[in-house]
This record gives sequence, structure tokens and C-alpha cells, in this order.
Amino acid sequence: MTNLLTKDEAPAATTTPTKGSRFTAAASNYIEDRTSISGAVKEFGRKIFPDHWSFMLGEVSLYSFVIIFLTGSFLTFFYQASMATVIYDGSYVPLKGLEMSTAMSSSLHISFDLRGGLLIRQIHHWAALVFVAAIGLHMLRIYFTGAFRKPRELNWVIGFVLFILAMAEGFTGYSLPDDLLSGNGLRIIEGMVQGIPFVGTWISFLVFGGDFPGTAIVGRLYTLHILLLPAIIVALIAMHLVFVIVHKHTQFSGPGKTENNVVGAPILPMFAAKAGGFFFIVFGIIVLMASFFTINPIWNYGPYDPSPVSAGTQPDWYIGFADGALRLMPPGLEVVLFNHTYSFNILIPLVVLGLFILVVLIYPFIEAWITGDKREHHLLDRPRNVPTRTAIGAAGVTFYASLWAAASSDIVATHFQLSIEGVIHTVQATTILGPIAAYLITKRVCIALMKKDREIALHGYESGRIVRLPGGEYIEVHQPVDEYERWKLVNFTDNKPLMIRPNAKGQITGLQKVRVGMSKWFFEDRISPVTTKELEHGDHH
Amino acid sequence: MAHDDNSGKEVAAPVSSAADKYEGPSTGTAVIASDAFTDPGFPPHRERMTDLDPKADKRAERQVFTLFYLSIAGSIFAIASYIGFPIESGATGDLRLSTLTLGVGIALALLGLGLGAVHWSKALMMNEEGIDERHPIRGTEATRDRAVEIFKQANEESGIGRRTVIRNTLIGALVAFPLPAVVLFRGLGPMNVNPVESLSSTMWKKGMRLTLDPSGLPVKAADVTLGSAFHIIPEGINDFHDKLERKAKAAVLLMRLDPKDLNPSPGREGWAYDGIVAYSKICTHVGCPVALYEQQTHHLLCPCHQSTFDVENECKVVFGPAARALPQLPITVDSDGYLVAQSDFNEPVGPSFWERS
Repeated sequence: MTNLLTKDEAPAATTTPTKGSRFTAAASNYIEDRTSISGAVKEFGRKIFPDHWSFMLGEVSLYSFVIIFLTGSFLTFFYQASMATVIYDGSYVPLKGLEMSTAMSSSLHISFDLRGGLLIRQIHHWAALVFVAAIGLHMLRIYFTGAFRKPRELNWVIGFVLFILAMAEGFTGYSLPDDLLSGNGLRIIEGMVQGIPFVGTWISFLVFGGDFPGTAIVGRLYTLHILLLPAIIVALIAMHLVFVIVHKHTQFSGPGKTENNVVGAPILPMFAAKAGGFFFIVFGIIVLMASFFTINPIWNYGPYDPSPVSAGTQPDWYIGFADGALRLMPPGLEVVLFNHTYSFNILIPLVVLGLFILVVLIYPFIEAWITGDKREHHLLDRPRNVPTRTAIGAAGVTFYASLWAAASSDIVATHFQLSIEGVIHTVQATTILGPIAAYLITKRVCIALMKKDREIALHGYESGRIVRLPGGEYIEVHQPVDEYERWKLVNFTDNKPLMIRPNAKGQITGLQKVRVGMSKWFFEDRISPVTTKELEHGDHH
Repeated sequence: MAHDDNSGKEVAAPVSSAADKYEGPSTGTAVIASDAFTDPGFPPHRERMTDLDPKADKRAERQVFTLFYLSIAGSIFAIASYIGFPIESGATGDLRLSTLTLGVGIALALLGLGLGAVHWSKALMMNEEGIDERHPIRGTEATRDRAVEIFKQANEESGIGRRTVIRNTLIGALVAFPLPAVVLFRGLGPMNVNPVESLSSTMWKKGMRLTLDPSGLPVKAADVTLGSAFHIIPEGINDFHDKLERKAKAAVLLMRLDPKDLNPSPGREGWAYDGIVAYSKICTHVGCPVALYEQQTHHLLCPCHQSTFDVENECKVVFGPAARALPQLPITVDSDGYLVAQSDFNEPVGPSFWERS
């Protein structure tokens, strides 16, 4: 530290400093003497961050959370989380004189009687929709590039929990205005909770503080929405980012980039300017969305009442997959056994979604077990180079998308003048068959792309120049790729299926058989990278 | 380190130029070829226009500070529009104008800043690639040994491994201490109410008039014309402070069909009055109001999950995820010709629950 101070003072003695730089130096010294912040600057100031467009998805998630935090804090100054009944007497004429909860009336006040209130409410809602979407896309990027491999498995789990918490934040916030649409959403939650065996009736009773809707739920959701969930999210985001620093960011494979280095821009100044600027761009775009496009017009829905409902009810987009799963159940899935009711029309979606979520959560550990690869991986995979993983991902995306589409079944039916039964039956089919088709097609496409990469690495790319040989034969001249391009095509991990073999006791365990089976499934159709020998051989043609 | 049972002979030993000479953790099923390509190293750095042409450099500089100027203008514009476009008149047009101008001003302030900073970094800041070395995530052997030593010492000094009774009772106490918190949460729901009883009945009772939702005016049988449908609540519900909770169970749909179209099962013939039938409006799936009545087919449709109920056949489910028919409210008319309930529903209304049989 003393070194740094003398260094700082040294130029001050030799050159004549301006007033500004003297002030900066004095201020830096003042802070340094009290915080030893130079250590942090030395450690992180020139830390390298690699660059790729897909790396910004995580940034969008982080920035939209900051925007949600800022606008949400503003909203808490005006919103009242109470279900006490009032007669609305605000500026919005069509609802004047109507009985509603204080929550609804204060939400209307924010929208109609507070300058900029509607804008801030809409920024908050749009940012929340972007937040969940950005996390989802960020997770897909991590998945398809294999960034979840050692040492980042735990960070995958943290990120995954953040995704679930973001949806919970979204749903609790969506319910706060206590309007007709969100009230029906809560009613659906109540009905689903009641369908859980043994404890459902009591859980619902406790959550709502008695009969639905009661007068407690909005206040309770508010505590979750602005205190408990944000606190957990902030803590997990902090852990997530600490891990990013500890692990250093992944990078795509390319010439000069290895498992042992990170190539990119230093935090100061390049990355800080770019990432800081990007925060303002994300913020600006969300403000533009909020200025031009209405979101959640609660004044059209009116206050919550258990009796009316409007056609075409839909949740916010990220709850769609769960709502769609409910819609896809065929009739009659309810059994009464020994005086108790088993609501399979609710339990099946809950269990299927639970399993889906579980598989996503533990996927890094499954793949690590199959490959047995204990090395650290900092170079990203191109999705095509791991066909089975990519195909599984495509199947998962198709499954999710089918459930999601089901949540709009009625709107699809009315919009395209189809029968609701036909739409539901079609989506039921795509939910089951779609993932299988997506798996098969994606795997074949990946393998085809790998073959093409091999072809280019071995024989070069098609130059488009047709030459007639003296014998009359026409050929297209192939242009060889340079060594940098070639390196991108040949540098990837090649796995081969595991051989079945007895363990130390000479036995072949069931677990071993499962692992061999899964390894075969993963790596049987493999295309190996081109080697130097193959290229030499190819040249002799 | 865990030994991988595959890292045996069939995996080629890392030789010669292959990737990197690897002696770390198991490579698993990964194949390391002996004749793989080697990394050609960094390609030559490519200069940007702003590096080569001082004019381009100047132009980029101008663009950056212009964007920052625009940002300042946006902030000023936003403040001006907050003052200049009031919404107190209550007119929708004023609100739209205020939201739009304020939003555009703020967006300009943010985008000017953001685009300016990004453009600065991409066009003008030094863009030679930097390189950081990576080190294995696990600590050095010395650090790890020291950590193990510290734990051993702590074990030694506290005796937590030796004094097993202390250790086990400590674990027991730690498990037990959050339990009172669990009990406290019983208070989330009222103490004197049993949810099963509460779910099993509604406020309908014998002789209670069917009244319109939301006005509470009674309905005469003669007013219910063929093909019409009414949203019904029990008489006097609006006087209760817990009317929403009561309504959430007692809401009813009233329809009049040609009596010939109705097919009541034995014992339920007397539940309708001259083709007028009353059914619970609360969906037996997850409780949305089944509010859409299709007059031609006599189907009731729930807008939430599209469960469809056939009014001709006691509201049995014909499509969608619901499993049970909508409960029917037995009705008749009183001496003044108003529609009244014969009794409460004969089964719990709304979504199924565990204790329901």
C-alpha cells in the first residue's frame, strides 16, 4: 500500500498537476487510507472478460432486476397492500363509486392520479416480463454451450433457483392490484392447492387465512414480494456473480483460446464502459416499451369479484406453461378412494412439471456421471458438437413450448376460428410427440453439421469456381481453410461410449449397466474431429 | 479423488502435441487423439477504421459526445413534460400524453448514455485483446492441508468428535428449536373454523330467494324467458361484510331451457322449475366462474381452462380438465312467484379437496 501511495505522490512532484487531478488524487488517498480499496482495484480492475453476443443475456437479467428494484421501490411509496373495502373515488370515471379493495384503489391511484405513476408501473411490469425471459434465454445459452460443466455445476443450480424465484416474484406481484384477472389467478392457485392429498385443504386455508378470498392474501403476498423473495434473490445473485469471478468467464474455442486462459477485454475501461452502457440501453428499451405499450390494464378488468370473469383469461407469459399443463388434462381424472378424493387432473400436471424441473436442475450432474469427465471445462461447446445434449435440449424446449401454447388454446381457437377441442387435442399430441420429433431432427441436424465441418476442414470450402479439366471433366475448386478457421472446426471434445466392465469385485452392477446404456445413447453416433494424419492423407488425393 | 472406472486402457494416453499434456483429474470417456491439431495461436490483430484513419477517429468522438448531449436533452425534456403535461383533468388523452412524453424523455436520456458509452468503448477505446491466466479452482495443496489442519485442531480443542453425547444432543436441540415456529403458523388461519366444514356448505337455504348479481333484486320465474341466463347470488348477501367469501361459494347460474331438453336423473326431477335450472357457477376444476353460456348447445364453458358442462344432462363434463358435474341448486317458486332455493346444494361446490367424498 505504501508503494502505491508514493507512486501516486511521485508524479505530483514532477509534473504540474491541474486542480482537477489534484482533487482526484486527494480524494483517492482519502478513501484508500480508510478502505484499502487499491487492493480491489489491483485485483479486479484489469480482469479480463471474453466477448460474445450470447453472454449479454445474463447481463440483461441482472439489469432488468435492477430496473425492477428501482421502479418497485417507487411503487411501494404509493401502493397500499390492504383488502379493506373502499368506494373508488379517483379519476377513472367508469369505476367511480364501485366497491373495491384498498389495494385496487391505490393501484388505480398510481395509474391515473400520480404523474408518471402509470409509466413507472408499466416499466416495472415490462421489466419483470423481460427479467424472466432473459433468465430463460440465459439458461438456454448455458445449457446448449455446456457452460454448466465442472466447475460451474453449483452456479447452474443457483441460477436455476433464481429462475424459479423470479417466477414467484412475478406471480406475487401480478396478484397485488387485486383486480379481476389476478384474483382469478389466485382462485386457480387455491383450487390447485386444495387438490393436493392430505394437506391441500389445510394449506389453502392457512395461506388465505380462512375461506377464499379472505382479507389476508394481498398483504401476505406483498411481504413475500417486497421483502422475503427480493432478499433471497439479491443474496443468490451476489453468490452467482462471486462464482463468475472465481471461475472466470467461459469463452468459445478459437485460435489462442485455451482451457488455461481467458481472452477478452479488461474491466477498466473497456468492459465497464460496454456493460455499463448496456445497462442504460436495456433500461432505455424497457422505458420505451412502457411508454408505447399498455401492460396489465387493471382498469379494464375491474376489482376482484368471485362471480364475473372475462373470456380469454391468461396469466403473464412465464406462468403459461403451468396453466397450459392444467388445460391439457383429459376429463374425468378424479378418483374417490376410501372417502378421500384424488384429483389427478391437478396432481398429474404438478408431478410432471415437478419432474421436468428436477431433471433440468440436476442435468449437469447426470451428464458428468455419464462422461465421468472430472476436468475443468472453460471452453464452450458449439451445440452441434454435442448432438445428444443439444437434442435433449431441443426436446425440452418443445415440451415447454407445447405447454405454453396450451395456455393460449382459447385465444388460438377464436383467432383462427378453430374448435377449442381441436386445438387442445392437437397440443396434447404435440406435447407428447413434439419432443420426440424435435429430439430426432435436432440430433440428425447436429451430426450433419459436424460432417460438414469435417468436410470443410479436410477439403476446404466450395469456392464457386468451376474448372474444366483437359479431359473434359468439370470440377469445382475447393479453397482450403486457413489454420485459424480450421482450429475452430477441429477443436472440440470427442467422447466415445463407455465399455461395460466388471468392478474391483469382478461384478457388473446394475448402476454400471445404466451408465453404459446412457453413455451409448449419448456417444454412439459420434463424429470425431479431423486429425493431422487425416488431413495429410486427404492432401494426397 | 474418485476413481473413474472407465479411465482405463482404451483411452489413449495423452501423448505428444495433443491438446495439453494432461495429468490432472480423470478425462472420463473423452478421447484424446495423438495426432490432433495444435492451437495455431492468436490470429493477427485487425485494426479498426478509427485506428487507421484520424478522420474516422474524430467522427466517432463527435458521435459519442453528441449522444451524451442528446441524453442530457432527454433528461431536461422529461422534467419539462412532467411539469408541462398535467393529468389532473382526468382526461385519458392527458394521461396518455404525460406518460408518452415523460417516457420518451427518460428513454432518450438512457439510450443516449448507453449507446454513447458502448460506441466509445467499441470505436475508440484500445481494443487489443487482454489475456488472463486461469488457475485450477481448487486451492493449492498447502492451503488445503492448512484447512484440514484447522478443522482437526478445532475438533481437538472442542472435542466435538470425542464427546458424542454433547454432539448428539446439540444436533437434537438444533433440530427441535425451529419447531415452535412451525406451530406458530397455525395462526395464519382462524382457530375456530374447520376448513372442511366451511368448504362443504354455502349460505343457500330453504326458501332463500334467488337474486341478481350484483344488484340483489329478486327474480320472478316469469321473467326468465326461454333461452336466457342470469347470474345469481343469494338474497341478502350484499349485507354481509364477508360477502366475497360467501359469493365465492354461493354464486349460481340460472338458465331456462325447454323442459323436454332436460334429462334429470331419478330423484332430481323436482329440482328444476318449469325448465328453469340453477347450477353452481364455481368450476369443479380449480374454481373459476363458469360464466360463458352457449345458448344453442346448452353448454357452459369455463374461460380459464375450457371445461365444458352440458346443462341438458345435469351439467356433466363433456370436455376439459374438470372431472365432476357442476352441483345443482334445487329451486322452486314462493307464493309471490319469486324463485327460491329448496335447500343448500346437496354436495360441496367448487374444486375437489382431499376430505371430500
